[in-house]
Amino acid sequence: MKKVFIQLLIFCFIPLVVFGQLTEDPRKARTAKFALTNAKIYTVTNGVIENGTIIITNGIIEAVGANIAIPSDAEVINYNGREIYPGMIDSGTQLGLSEIGSVAEANDFREFGDITPHMQALTAVNPNSEAIPVTRISGVTTTLTFPRGGVLPGTAATINLFGYTPDQMFAGSKGVIMNFPSNRRGRRQTQEQADKARIKALEDVNAAWDKAEIYAKVQGSPDARYYPEMDALAEVVNGEMMLYLEANSAADILSAIEWIQDRGYENVVFTGVAEGWRVAEQLAEANIPVIAGPVLSTPTRDSDAYYTAYANPGIMQNAGVKVALRTGDTENSRNLPYNAGFAAAYGMGREEALKAITINAAEIMGIGDQLGSIEVGKKANLFVSTGDPFETATQIIDVYIDGYQIPMRSRQTDLYDEFLNRTPGLNKTKIITDGQ
Amino acid sequence: MKKLTQSILILFFIASWSTANAQTGDVLIKNATVITITDGTLENTDILVRDGKINRIGTKLNAPNGVDEIDGTGKFVMPGIIDAHSHIAGSSINEGTSQVTAEVSMEDVVNPLDVAIYRALAGGVTSIHLMHGSANVIGGRNETLKLRYGSTNPDDLRFEDAPRTIKFALGENPTRGGRSRGIQPQSRMGVEAMLRNSFSEALIYQKEWAAYNEKRGDRRTPPEYSLRMETLVDILEGEILVHCHSYRADEIYMLMKVFSDFGIEKLTFQHANEAYKVAPELAEFGASASIFSDWWAYKLEVYYSTAYNAAILTKNGVNTSINSDSGELIRHLFHEAAKSQKYGQLSDNEALAMITMNPAKQLGIDNRVGSIEVGKDADLAIFDNHPLSIYAVPLMTFIDGIKYFDKETDVKDQRIYINPESSIEEVKILTAEDHDRCMQDADYVDFFTLFNN
Repeated sequence: MKKVFIQLLIFCFIPLVVFGQLTEDPRKARTAKFALTNAKIYTVTNGVIENGTIIITNGIIEAVGANIAIPSDAEVINYNGREIYPGMIDSGTQLGLSEIGSVAEANDFREFGDITPHMQALTAVNPNSEAIPVTRISGVTTTLTFPRGGVLPGTAATINLFGYTPDQMFAGSKGVIMNFPSNRRGRRQTQEQADKARIKALEDVNAAWDKAEIYAKVQGSPDARYYPEMDALAEVVNGEMMLYLEANSAADILSAIEWIQDRGYENVVFTGVAEGWRVAEQLAEANIPVIAGPVLSTPTRDSDAYYTAYANPGIMQNAGVKVALRTGDTENSRNLPYNAGFAAAYGMGREEALKAITINAAEIMGIGDQLGSIEVGKKANLFVSTGDPFETATQIIDVYIDGYQIPMRSRQTDLYDEFLNRTPGLNKTKIITDGQ
Repeated sequence: MKKLTQSILILFFIASWSTANAQTGDVLIKNATVITITDGTLENTDILVRDGKINRIGTKLNAPNGVDEIDGTGKFVMPGIIDAHSHIAGSSINEGTSQVTAEVSMEDVVNPLDVAIYRALAGGVTSIHLMHGSANVIGGRNETLKLRYGSTNPDDLRFEDAPRTIKFALGENPTRGGRSRGIQPQSRMGVEAMLRNSFSEALIYQKEWAAYNEKRGDRRTPPEYSLRMETLVDILEGEILVHCHSYRADEIYMLMKVFSDFGIEKLTFQHANEAYKVAPELAEFGASASIFSDWWAYKLEVYYSTAYNAAILTKNGVNTSINSDSGELIRHLFHEAAKSQKYGQLSDNEALAMITMNPAKQLGIDNRVGSIEVGKDADLAIFDNHPLSIYAVPLMTFIDGIKYFDKETDVKDQRIYINPESSIEEVKILTAEDHDRCMQDADYVDFFTLFNN
C-alpha cells in the first residue's frame, strides 16, 4: 500500500517536473513582477544607490530606491552587491539589417536610388538575426538602426533588442537619414571633380527639399498627388520627424549648420561628426546635439594627433554639445561600452561617457521619458554586472529588456559551451588496440 | 700585405655597416610595476637598459653616468606589443597574378613613411609582421619589422635575423580569385590540390638540384633556377615559417594533413576564426593560431565564429596570439587582448602573453623579444594604468632602449613626408564598411578589374 502511494506520488510529480522544465526553457525570455534587490544601482539621472531595489511590473520600473517595500507577489532576485545600469544604447548601427557583410543577399540597408527617404529600416529588421543575442547579452539593449547609401537613404528606427516582430522591438523613435553632400575627395577623384560632384549633389538634394516644403503646404488638399518621398520629407519639414544629418569633415559640418539654419529645420541631430572637435564651439552655439563615433577610429587626417578620434566626444562635450555615441557597427555593436571607455579615458570622463550611451542617447532620439536611466515609470531596460561595464574583465550577469529577463546566451556562448572541452576530443573511439 | 689591408678595410666596412643601422639606447626605469610575462609581475621594480638590451631587473638600481632615469612610480611596464598580422608600412599588399607567388617578398615594399607606424607606437606596439595579402594560395614572403619610426630608410625597420616567413591562404579569398579568372581553385578541394601539386613539384626540383650538385664536375647543364621553387624547398626544409590565412575548421584541418604528409612543422594559422573547433588537433600538431579578438560576420566563412576562440584555444594548449590586421586595431591591441577576459576569463598573464610572448614565438623572435628578461631587447611599453584596463593610456614606447613615443612630448603632426603637390589634405572617414574593406582590400585582388583593364 505504501508503495502504491509512493508510485502515485511520483506519477503526480513527473508532469509537474516536466512542466517546470518547459516553463524554464533556457532559450526563452521570461517576465514576471520582479524585485531586484541588494544591488548597487547606477540610475544615471539620480546618482548611485547602494543596496538598492528595483521593482519591475509589466515591463515598467515601478519603484527604485534604497528602502523599497517588496510586493508579496514579486519574484525576488538578490544580486548580492552586483551593479545595475540602464541598458546601453548604441546610437548608430545596421543591426537587424545586415547578417553577413560580404553576402549581398544578406544585406538590406541599402535601396536603389539616391533619394529614398521613405525606405523604412524597421521593415527590414530581422528580429532573429544572430547578432542580436550576441549584442544584448553584453548589456546593449537598444540601438538606432539606420539605412545607408545615397543622399537620403531612408528612415532609421530605434529598436529594443528583444522581440519577435519589428513592432515588438520598436522603441518609439524614427528619423530620416541624410548624408550631407561631402567635399571629401573619393579614391579616384581629383579635388575639382569632387567639388563638382558635391555641388551637383547639393543642388539635387536642395531641389528635393524645396519640393518637400511646397508639398508640406499642399499636403492633404484634394488635388495633391501622393509622392512617398515627399511624404517622408514633409514630416521633417513640419518638425514631426527627426532629421539625422551625417556630416564628418569640419567643412561639411559648418556647411550643414548653415544649411539647416537657412531652412529653419529644428528637429535635427548631426551624426558621425568625426571632425566635430575642430568646430565644437560652432556646434555648441548652434545648439545641435550629436551622435559621434566610432570612437575606436583612426584620425581623419594624416597630420592629426593619434588620439583625435578618442578625444573627439570629450572635446565636444566640454564645449557644451550634447553627445551620444555610436559604434557604427553591426555585429560588434557589443563594443559600445569600450568605445565609451576610450572616450572616458581621453577627456570625457566616466560619468559623461556613461550618459552618452544611456540618457543622452535616449533624449536625443526623443524617447528620454521612456529609456536611458533607471527611474520610476521608465521601461525596464537594464543590465546587471560584476562591475564597471567599460572594463573588459567585467561580466554581464543578467539583462532585462521591456521587463523580460533575457536568456544570457547567444550562438557565440553556445559554441563556447560545446567546444571548450570537445567530445570526442582527439580520439573518437576511446578503445586503443595494440598501440596503433 | 696588400691583401691584409684589403681584409681589414673590408672588415671595417662590414662593422661600420652593421653598427650604422643598429641604434641602441640606455635608460633606467625606476619603481614601476613590471609585467615580465615569463616571470610574473614585479612591484616597485627597476629596469636598467644598456646598449638596447635589458641589463638588470631589480630594486634600488642606480643610473650609470649619462643614463636617463624615468620615474615609473604608479606606472606599468610591459614588453613591447607584437602584432603578428599587419599591413601597415607596406606600399603594396597583394601580388595576385598567379595562385602561387612564393618568389615575391614584402621586404621590397616596406614603407617607413607610413604615419600608421607612429600611431601603432602610440599604442605600445614595437614589432609587426608585415604580411603579404591573401589573394592566392601560396602568396609572397612576409617581413618582420621593428617600428623604428623616423628613418626614411626601409632597412632601418627590419627585425635583424628574424626567420623568414611566408603567407598562404585558404578558403573564400583564393577561390574567389579562381572563379573570377576561370582557373583553379574554385573550391576548397582545389586549394588542397594546388598545395599538394606545388610541394610535389618542389620535391622534384629539390631532387634535380641535389643530383646536379652531387656530380658538379661533369659540366652538365644545371636545372632551371626558380626562386619560387627555391622558396618552396626552403619551406620543406623548415627554414621558412608558414603563416596561413584561414577561417574554417575543415580547411585548417586539411592544411595540417597536407603538412604532415610533406613533413612541414612550422605553422601558424592566421585569423583562424574556427580554430576553436579543431583545438585538440592544433595542439597535437603543434600549430599556432593568430586571431582577432572578436571580428565576425563580415563574410560567410566567419559567420560561425565566437569571441571565445582565444579562450578555447588557450585552454586547449594552443599557442595563440591576438592580431590586428588593421591600422585601427593595432593602436589598441592591449584592449583587444583584454577582451579574452570578457570572453572566457583568461588570466592577466594569459591575456598579455597573446600580444607579446605568443606572437614572438609564432614569428621565431622569442629569443629577442616578447618578455622582460635580462639579455633581451629593450622593447618596452609604459602605461599609466594596468594595460588590460579600459582606462590604460600608453605613455612611452621604447625599441632597443630608444624612446620612439612619449605622450608628454608628442607632436601632433607626425608625418615624415608631406606631398608638396597636395595643397588640401585628404580627409578620410573610417566607417564600418571601410573597416571591413581595410581587410578585404589588403586580402583580395579584384581579378576582373585586373585582367580587363
